[in-house]
Amino acid sequence: MPLPGGTTEMEIVLAILVGLLAASGAYMMMAGRLIAYLFGLIMISNAANIAIFAAGRLTYAEPPLVPDGEYTPMTEVANALPQALILTAIVIGFGLLSFALALVFRTYFELGTTRMDDMREAEPRNMGGNS
Amino acid sequence: MLLVWPIALPLSTAVLCLIAWHSPRVQRALNAAGSLGLLVASIAIITRVLDEGPVAAQMGSWPAPFGITLVADILSAAMVLITGIIAVACAVYGWAEVGAGEERNGHHALTQALLGGVCGAFVTGDIFNMYVWFEVLLIASFGLMVVGGGKAQLDAAVKYVGLNLIATLAFLTGVGLLYGAAGTLNMADLHLTLAGRQGETAIFSAAAMLMFAFGAKAAMFPAFFWLPASYHTPSVTTSALFSALLTKVGVYAMIRAFTIVFDTSEPAIQNTLLYGSAITMVVGVLGAAAQMHVRRILSFHIISQIGYMILGLAIYTPLGLVGAIFYLFHHIIVKANLFLIAGVIGRSTGSEELTDIGGLWKRKPWLGVLFLIPALSLAGVPPLSGFWAKLLIILAALEEERYFIAFVAVLVGFLTLYSMSKIWMEAFWKAHPGGDDAAARPASYWLYLPIITLALMTVFIGLNAQPFVEAAFASAEQVLQPDAYIAAVARASEAAELGLTFESPAASGVPAEAAPTPVEPIENPTGPPEPEDPLR
Repeated sequence: MPLPGGTTEMEIVLAILVGLLAASGAYMMMAGRLIAYLFGLIMISNAANIAIFAAGRLTYAEPPLVPDGEYTPMTEVANALPQALILTAIVIGFGLLSFALALVFRTYFELGTTRMDDMREAEPRNMGGNS
Repeated sequence: MLLVWPIALPLSTAVLCLIAWHSPRVQRALNAAGSLGLLVASIAIITRVLDEGPVAAQMGSWPAPFGITLVADILSAAMVLITGIIAVACAVYGWAEVGAGEERNGHHALTQALLGGVCGAFVTGDIFNMYVWFEVLLIASFGLMVVGGGKAQLDAAVKYVGLNLIATLAFLTGVGLLYGAAGTLNMADLHLTLAGRQGETAIFSAAAMLMFAFGAKAAMFPAFFWLPASYHTPSVTTSALFSALLTKVGVYAMIRAFTIVFDTSEPAIQNTLLYGSAITMVVGVLGAAAQMHVRRILSFHIISQIGYMILGLAIYTPLGLVGAIFYLFHHIIVKANLFLIAGVIGRSTGSEELTDIGGLWKRKPWLGVLFLIPALSLAGVPPLSGFWAKLLIILAALEEERYFIAFVAVLVGFLTLYSMSKIWMEAFWKAHPGGDDAAARPASYWLYLPIITLALMTVFIGLNAQPFVEAAFASAEQVLQPDAYIAAVARASEAAELGLTFESPAASGVPAEAAPTPVEPIENPTGPPEPEDPLR
């Protein structure tokens, strides 16, 4: 089925998937509990990665291999850069999320709660004003 | 290769600190030496940039836009210089302030890693590389937030980490969309590729994502909540470093992206920045008025001052940008100094809660003088540096006939004065509830050394503003007319191995065109047809 502007079916599927992941991620982040917040964050970070992948154009082209002795590929090839970007983002995201998970774990032991509304150590309710 | 030093020095110092893990003394010396080295390198860079114009270097000898470009124009070089100054000030202050537990948990290594990330973000000429440097400084700041290990630090860190990661994801998505639309991530190349395409939906959505991301990093309304939740919990040294550098990296990225990549004269972008910055100023200063903890008052003032800097960009005239750049430079010195003084106030009186302290004027009048210099400068009292910064911004607003915004800027200045006089009245003027002697606890001389130095700098910039404003004018010109910036990248690119050409439209007289791409990554159905290049 030809779609306007050279869009492929896969792009539409991915666009819906990005929306779904971002929406459910946002919903979980607003639940007020740290674990749900983290899971929501992971979902949105995957949505971001898929968005980059789709924005880099989806083609049925060859893998980007340059023949021996040439500087450029001879045929039309897939763009490798978005995948390199995503790979970098996944590695960085993995590090950040494992830090966040360790932080949540430690915070739970120190504060005894993962409900965000009860976490008032740094900003006590009576802080400021006429305490 | 001069441009590699501000990144390589702090990062290798961080590694050395890790090797010396068991000896906090050695780490302390390394931290100071690395910061001093950074300062020397930054002076070398700014001397060269002021002398020769923007300099650029291609990493790994890959030509632009394929390799990673490092570029320094006056703005970048000035930001690296001020990072060096603050790094040295905080390293010296840290000798007497940072607790043994924090040192054992890696305070020094994390500080140096943070500096490496900050400098990397300042000198990179590639927007994805900027994302990577943001991550470096972010993860280092996460570490610095929790090395204290107390309940308040952990609670603050959760909020800081959680909200910053959202901004990070927006940054990443924005970069991805930008690549999808333009097929390049090199900022000089983006400027050429996006010429005449600023109104496209894809460009707009990327601009929106990046504006949110940089706005959240800079603590702009409505994405500032992470800042007052966290900046008062770590050690004072770390607080001062954060307050000086982290939000300002956001402002720098905003200035960079919304001049060279995106066109701020688009009404949607300009109005969002204009009203966003005005609300940021007001909300920040009102938030400060409600606080009674010294460092929390100062944290809210960061937000309000960020509003001025973004306002300078949003006005989008040369004078506005001069104001924004001058403000950045002035604000970093003054705000870091106020946080350092907050630490001495806390040490001398036993608390930072204004209701529990007082009596400092009687016991430590010199501390009062040292507080008044940056405090009055922050509020914009002449002849200190803050006066010129505010004057430039307000003049720029008046010149564009934005009278309401100018009125808001003046009003916020008065409210800042109110907050500063609140700290003055409560901490210095009124009697200490625990008697006079409670305000005279000892504070090491090492704490005063950076405070005095930074205060002298504020006074010096205030009394001798002309050369600084001139440098800001030259810098604003480079930022608004990035021909020199692009030419520097093109020269560096030609010097790189393959020697592909990369012409600026002004230099060659041909219409804007991206550098030749051997891989043909992106077909661009909506873009202009590729013009014939007479040079090839």
